[in-house]
Amino acid sequence: MAAETWSDGESPRPVRVSGRVHWVGAFDPKLRVFDIILKTANGTSYNAYVVRGSEGVAVVDTVKDAFADDFFARFEQVANYDEIRAIVLNHLEPDHTGALPELMRRAPKARLYISIKAQLMLKALLKAEELAYTPVETGDGVSLGDCELRFLHTPYLHWPDTQCAFLPEDRILFSGDIFGCHFCDERLFNDVCGDFRFSFEYYYGHIMRPFRPYVQAALELIEPLDIAAIAPSHGPILRDRPMDYVRRYHELAMPRLKREIPPGEKALLIFYISSYGNTARMAEAIGEGARGVAGVRPSLYDLEGGDSSTFADLLEEADAVVIGSPTINGDAVKPVWDLLSSLTMIDVKGKIGAAFGSYGWSGEAVRMIEDRLRGLKLRVPKPGLRIKLIPTPGEIEECQTFGRELGEELMGRRGPRVIDMSEIIHSTHH
Amino acid sequence: MAKATITFEDINVTVNVPAGTRVIEISEKVGSGITYGCREGDCGTCMMKVTEGWNNLTEPSVLEDKILRENYAGKHNRLACQAQVLGGTVSVKPC
Repeated sequence: MAAETWSDGESPRPVRVSGRVHWVGAFDPKLRVFDIILKTANGTSYNAYVVRGSEGVAVVDTVKDAFADDFFARFEQVANYDEIRAIVLNHLEPDHTGALPELMRRAPKARLYISIKAQLMLKALLKAEELAYTPVETGDGVSLGDCELRFLHTPYLHWPDTQCAFLPEDRILFSGDIFGCHFCDERLFNDVCGDFRFSFEYYYGHIMRPFRPYVQAALELIEPLDIAAIAPSHGPILRDRPMDYVRRYHELAMPRLKREIPPGEKALLIFYISSYGNTARMAEAIGEGARGVAGVRPSLYDLEGGDSSTFADLLEEADAVVIGSPTINGDAVKPVWDLLSSLTMIDVKGKIGAAFGSYGWSGEAVRMIEDRLRGLKLRVPKPGLRIKLIPTPGEIEECQTFGRELGEELMGRRGPRVIDMSEIIHSTHH
Repeated sequence: MAKATITFEDINVTVNVPAGTRVIEISEKVGSGITYGCREGDCGTCMMKVTEGWNNLTEPSVLEDKILRENYAGKHNRLACQAQVLGGTVSVKPC
């Protein structure tokens, strides 16, 4: 392995983390792209740990299959396979479970401990129907005699199955992917390795950010713990001022703009792009309509005046998003798709969405945007507004009504309605 | 054709529909918060709560039953992409 050339060609060595804990993971310094969506300038590490108690050992996570030899070589220097009482899987993604089938073969007495949400995934991953495992959640633990791993149920960080395990005796939190980053440094500890701040923030932004409410829920479980070190599944072990990293997650996961909007008010963002000013005129009229609804604070943004990542930041804090695009060659235009493709990184589920636009002869863009908004799990309560070329005064009024009704929808002020299915079908194909 | 009504409680909208309409055909168009993933009864994303008129929906298929079980569904839960309105009144809301 390339990483081991760093160690004068010696065989992989385990690293002592505390009296009971050794790191037995693997270094992958040449990795540059992870999971398609993530870049790393420094490779990564797959962190696995051995916890020794008076009545046996636990293995916490494993490594990517191509690095299994390093993992087993390190493991064998600190424990024997027949001592393994528990294999704790904080996250089932293949970069942490690649060596699992072979580990289970070598340690037949070990029992698997996975989160309650991991059960279906484990079967799909190992293609085995009959597996002995114990599903665990917050409050459960596994004893190793004189010490115990206690589980924290922290789902959706960044898969449904994720969990953390805490070793109170050594005050070490095995956090899985949270507090991790792709940064390969054999010095391994945050107080002696290179500067990984960028990697830490980048990892949060790309992996954890879409799951912000779940980060907040996890922090409620983690913040009260007395932690001496955080041992994540990628990147440096955080033994120097570990709570600084917990606080940083707290800052990143808290809404920002929300604080400036009084309670009871809601933000409605209108993004538009316009070639001849017609879609822009619609945007302004929709904004005027929405502004007439008490409690709605609309803002307009011309997509030509900014980049999609900045707009995605704004959208994260908003309650409703309205997107306007002309139709060119039967499609919405690229800046609109750029914005819509940036939204997978933020939590938009349940926000209100809508689309509008002026068109020359066919006007497909509006329905395409609506489909994308629904695909992102926004609520799209009103059929999009399409206007042929230059809006008439009557059509401008229609835009104002559209904005007002969206505002009322946002504030929950539309009364009970009874509608006929034919109206929905008709209006959708308007 | 027999008529039925389905009410989406989260947005207070009632829709008159012909018998046989699937919930998925309606809920997104009126803006209910029921969300969809695979749209073919496999992922469980669209699990909804039926608050009224359980017997006015088609019975869950063997496949839907399996997915409901695997997703720890309560006894009033159905998949919106699978359930069809048979007649009478039905009320649903997102889980």
